[in-house]
Amino acid sequence: MIDPTVHPFGKKMRIHERLIESTLFAFALLSIVITLGIAIILIRESYLFFSDPEVELWGFLTGREWQPMIGRFGFLPLLNATLTTSVIAMALGIPVGLFVAIYLSEYASDKTRGILKPVLEVLAGIPTIVYGYFALTFMTPLLRSIFGMETVEIYNTASAGLVIGILVLPMIATMAEDAIGAVPKELRLAAYALGGTKMETTFKVVIPAALSGLSATFLLALSRAIGETMIVALAAGAGPNLTFSPFEAAETITGYIVRISGGDVSYNSVDYNSIFALGLILFLITFTLNMISRKISRMFHQEYE
Amino acid sequence: MNSLSLAQVLQPGMEQSETEVKKTVLKLEHVNIHYGSFQAVKDASFEIYEKHVTAFIGPSGCGKSTVLRSINRMNDMIRGSWIDGKILFNGHDLYDDQVDPVLIRRRIGMVFQKPNPFPKSIYENIAWGARINGFKGDYDELVEQSLRQAALWEEVKDKLKQNALRLSGGQQQRLCIARTIAVQPEVILMDEPASALDPIATGRIEELILELKNNYTIVIVTHNMGQASRVSDHTAFFMVDDKRTGYLQEYAETEQLFLNPQHKKTEEYISGKFG
Repeated sequence: MIDPTVHPFGKKMRIHERLIESTLFAFALLSIVITLGIAIILIRESYLFFSDPEVELWGFLTGREWQPMIGRFGFLPLLNATLTTSVIAMALGIPVGLFVAIYLSEYASDKTRGILKPVLEVLAGIPTIVYGYFALTFMTPLLRSIFGMETVEIYNTASAGLVIGILVLPMIATMAEDAIGAVPKELRLAAYALGGTKMETTFKVVIPAALSGLSATFLLALSRAIGETMIVALAAGAGPNLTFSPFEAAETITGYIVRISGGDVSYNSVDYNSIFALGLILFLITFTLNMISRKISRMFHQEYE
Repeated sequence: MNSLSLAQVLQPGMEQSETEVKKTVLKLEHVNIHYGSFQAVKDASFEIYEKHVTAFIGPSGCGKSTVLRSINRMNDMIRGSWIDGKILFNGHDLYDDQVDPVLIRRRIGMVFQKPNPFPKSIYENIAWGARINGFKGDYDELVEQSLRQAALWEEVKDKLKQNALRLSGGQQQRLCIARTIAVQPEVILMDEPASALDPIATGRIEELILELKNNYTIVIVTHNMGQASRVSDHTAFFMVDDKRTGYLQEYAETEQLFLNPQHKKTEEYISGKFG
C-alpha cells in the first residue's frame, strides 16, 4: 500500500464501504438460502409421501378420489377445484384489471388518477382473511339470491373464485398499467399522426404493443390465484369433490393443506406427508408460471432496445 | 410578386420554375403558440405552397418544431398548449371549433425525428393507416405502391411479413414515410427526419424528399443547413428572443435566403456564427 503522505493519490482504505457491501450481500444470500431450504424440505417430505407403499405416482396424478383416510390418493379433485377458482378469478380479474389499467394510463385525468390509484392500493392492502369473510358473508349470499338457494351451496368455488378475482384486481391493474405505460410515446404519436382516434390508437397500437408485458402480468396473477389460500379455505368448501359445477363445495389444494396442517393429524402419517407433496406441486406450478412470465417480459424489453 | 422578380434577377436559372403559379396550401396568419403561460412562438405569418418543399431552420428552442406540430394539430397532445391566430389549409381554418383534428391528420401526415414503426410486420405498418381510414381497395397494391414511392420496395419486397423493428434505422424511417403516404395525405410534415440517421441513410431520405415533392407538399424541420439548401424551395428562418419566444425572422426562397439573406441574424446563422 502506498503511504498517502508519500503519494498524493495513494489508495485509502474505506472499511465502511467493504462492511456495507458484505452486509448487503449476506442479506441477499439469505433470501436464496431460505428459498433453497423450502425447496429441499418440500422435496424430502414429498419423497417420504411417494415412497409410502400406499401411494403410487401414477395413481396420485390420475386418481379421481382424494380420501387419505381410506388410502385413496388421487389428487385430481383438489387440482380441479384449484383450477376452477383460479379460472373464475381470472375471468373477473383480467378484463376488469385491464380496463382499469387502460383507463388509468390512457384516459384518466391527473385528478381521477390521484383518487383511483390510492383506492387500488387500499384494495391491495386488505388482509386475505377479510376477503375470505367477504366471500362467505357477502358474495355467497349474493350468488344464492341470484341463482337460487337450491343451486348454490353455502360453500362453493364460484364465490371464492370471484373474490380472488377482486383480490388480484389491483395487482393486475397496476402491473398492466406499467406494461401499457412502457409502450413508447412515439408509437402513440405515430398512430395519431396517421389520423388515428384515441380508441384506435389505444386498442390497435398501444395494447398490441404491450401484449407481452400484459401476458406476463396475467400469468403472475394466475400464479397468485392458484396459491391463494385463506379465501378458499373459508369459502370454497372443506372436502375434496370432483365437480365441474362452480356452485358446489370443493376443496382446493391450498384449502386441503390448511385443513391438514391446522388439524390434529399426527406427524409422519401419510396424510401429513401428503401436504408436502401437494405443496411441491403448487410450488412447481407457480414457479413455472413465474419463470414464463419473466421470460415474456424480458422479450418485451428487448423489442424496444 | 416583388420578391420573385428579385430572385429572377439574382438567379436567372430559376426563371422557368418561377413562371409557374404557386398555389398556397397552408397559410399562417399571426400565429401565437403557448404552453401554459409560456409563449413558445409569436406572430408567425407565412404561406406554404403546393408541391414545394418548405424548410424550417433556426437555433434550438426557436419554435420551428412547435410551428410544424401546430399544422396538423399534434400540439393538442401536449397538455396546456394553446394557439391564437389562424392556420388556413386550403382556405379552411384548422383551429375552428368545428374542426376534428383526427380528420386533419388524415390530410396532413407527419414523419418524426426518431423512426417509430409499429412493432408489427412491414405490411401491417403500411396497412394500418388505410385500415382505420376504412380503405376498401386492394391492400397488396397499396402496400407495394407506398413502399415504391418511399424507395423501399426493392429492399423489403421479400420480407413483408417480417417485423418492422428488424429493419435498419434508415429503412425504418423510409417505412414511416411509406406509412404516411399510404393514407394519401396532401401535406407531409417532417420533423428532423434524418437527424437520427447516418450520412448515407440521410442522403437517401433527401433524394426521396425531392422525389416526393412531385406529388406532395412537404414541410421539413432541419438542423442541417446543407440539407435545407439541398432539398427545399422555400426556407423559413426562426429566431428566439430574450424571453425564449420563437419568431419568424426571415422567409424567402431557399436560394435567396442562403445567398442573399436580408437580416444580419440570418446571415450569421447560415454562416455558422451561432446555433
